[in-house]
Amino acid sequence: MNLTLKIWRQKDSKSKGQMVEYKVTDISEHMSFLEMMDVLNEQLVSKNEEPIAFDHDCREGICGMCSLHINGEAHGPDRGITTCQLHMRMFKDGETITIEPWRAKAFPVIKDLVVDRSAFERIQQAGGYISVNTSGNTQDANAIPIPKHDADLSMDAATCIGCGACVASCKNSSAMLFVSAKVSQFALLPQGRVEATERVLNMVRQMDEEGFGNCTNTGACEVECPKGISLENIARMNREYLAASLKR
Amino acid sequence: MSGFLSSSIARKFAMALSALFLIFFLIIHLAVNITSVFSEDLFNQLSHFMGTNPMVQFALQPVLLVGVIFHFVMGFVLEIRNKSARDVKYVNYKGSANSSWMSRNMIYSGLAILAFLLIHFIDFWAPEMNYKYIEALPENPTRYYHELQEKFMPLWRVVLYVIAFVLLGLHLLHGFQSAFQSIGFNNKYTSFVKALGKWYSILIPAGFIFIALFHYFNH
Ligand code: HEM
Ligand code: SF4
Ligand code: FES
Repeated sequence: MNLTLKIWRQKDSKSKGQMVEYKVTDISEHMSFLEMMDVLNEQLVSKNEEPIAFDHDCREGICGMCSLHINGEAHGPDRGITTCQLHMRMFKDGETITIEPWRAKAFPVIKDLVVDRSAFERIQQAGGYISVNTSGNTQDANAIPIPKHDADLSMDAATCIGCGACVASCKNSSAMLFVSAKVSQFALLPQGRVEATERVLNMVRQMDEEGFGNCTNTGACEVECPKGISLENIARMNREYLAASLKR
Repeated sequence: MSGFLSSSIARKFAMALSALFLIFFLIIHLAVNITSVFSEDLFNQLSHFMGTNPMVQFALQPVLLVGVIFHFVMGFVLEIRNKSARDVKYVNYKGSANSSWMSRNMIYSGLAILAFLLIHFIDFWAPEMNYKYIEALPENPTRYYHELQEKFMPLWRVVLYVIAFVLLGLHLLHGFQSAFQSIGFNNKYTSFVKALGKWYSILIPAGFIFIALFHYFNH
């Protein structure tokens, strides 16, 4: 395959960026999108040009590092996958592909296609944990009976890999899907109930402080999420939040 | 904004409550108006009751006004905040790939409804207030039907009605189920709520359009 790529280049967080056009040739349709980016970067390096910075780590769809807004969609046109799992066979020979970083005020660009997602970490630190005594007499978690249905829903929420595709796809740059997954994974379990009130209030406050937008239920996040995190989590977080506000 | 409404979820919740209130109000409004199609007397009686009952005039009417104003002011506030949450725009953003047109353009369907509401107020509400409270004319319980008929004589107003209610339908096609999601209602009844929302969004505006057309062709 031969492709034209229009890629966002930005020297550092302070510079102004722009779209730059590149050509790649002889791309195999079996390659992943990131492998195609590697080919382009090798070309650039051999020409003594600065390679394009982009995030990646596991390259098997579990770490959440890879990002990229490809042809107007987070993680490109395929569903239920991250960019490292996106195959070049999803594209046509001769196609022009636009590649942009996640766009949100709360995710500032560090360089080229790399954005700073530490806002997510600060939200997690605000309440995305449970406090357990690890001094040696920790209770076996399996000793606490939990309905299978709740455990399953909690596990589904816990599959969120914090990639940020929900924010990137949302017309409001809302982080509600991410935060609701992190709230739900604990809210559904007895171990999480203990700190549930403070958790949801603190995490939502941090989310607002980071400058994410407000959910208007367009549902774009759910469609683009590589892990199929459901909008039901957002409804659950809304309930948790209201209950917590009344309690305080 | 301070206190409870300073949080994103609380704002969203308040937005949904005001919207649900408007949804409820529209049912009553349509129920009263539809009587004009088959009974001049009944329509006059109901309008007279609504227009003179102190509960309606001094309790429900102010609540409705506050509800409408809160709804669109909050709509603007949310829109401005949400726009500013993405300071650098995408060169290529394919919204249609993952969301409906209605859901992405609530502010535009809303603005169209607001424009209509202004005209609606000038048409019906302002003359009412003038008649009752400013000029303080003696009440004539049979005047309402003729006032209504008169309003639907010019074609331009009928056309405007049709356009406005189609846009209201689009607004509600997303808004109805969205309001339930916002208040945290998403469970095994959600498919029912979605279906109900679709029927509501089509039938209620269709009802208002029918009334306007009926009087345009029957005077
Ligand atoms: C006065 C003009 C109006 C304007 C400017 C307006 C604007 C908006 C905006 C911008 C939203 C999106 C906010 C969000 O989803 O977070 C919205 C939502 C909504 N609107 Fe309106 N609107 C108007 C009138 C109405 C009327 C007359 C009704 C119904 C009878 C209505 C029903 C709804 C519903 C149900 C929602 C969804 C609420 C939610 O998602 O929580 N709107 N409106
Ligand atoms: S909710 Fe989905 S899209 Fe959002 S951060 Fe988690 S895995 Fe990524
Ligand atoms: S690189 Fe780890 S999910 Fe893509």
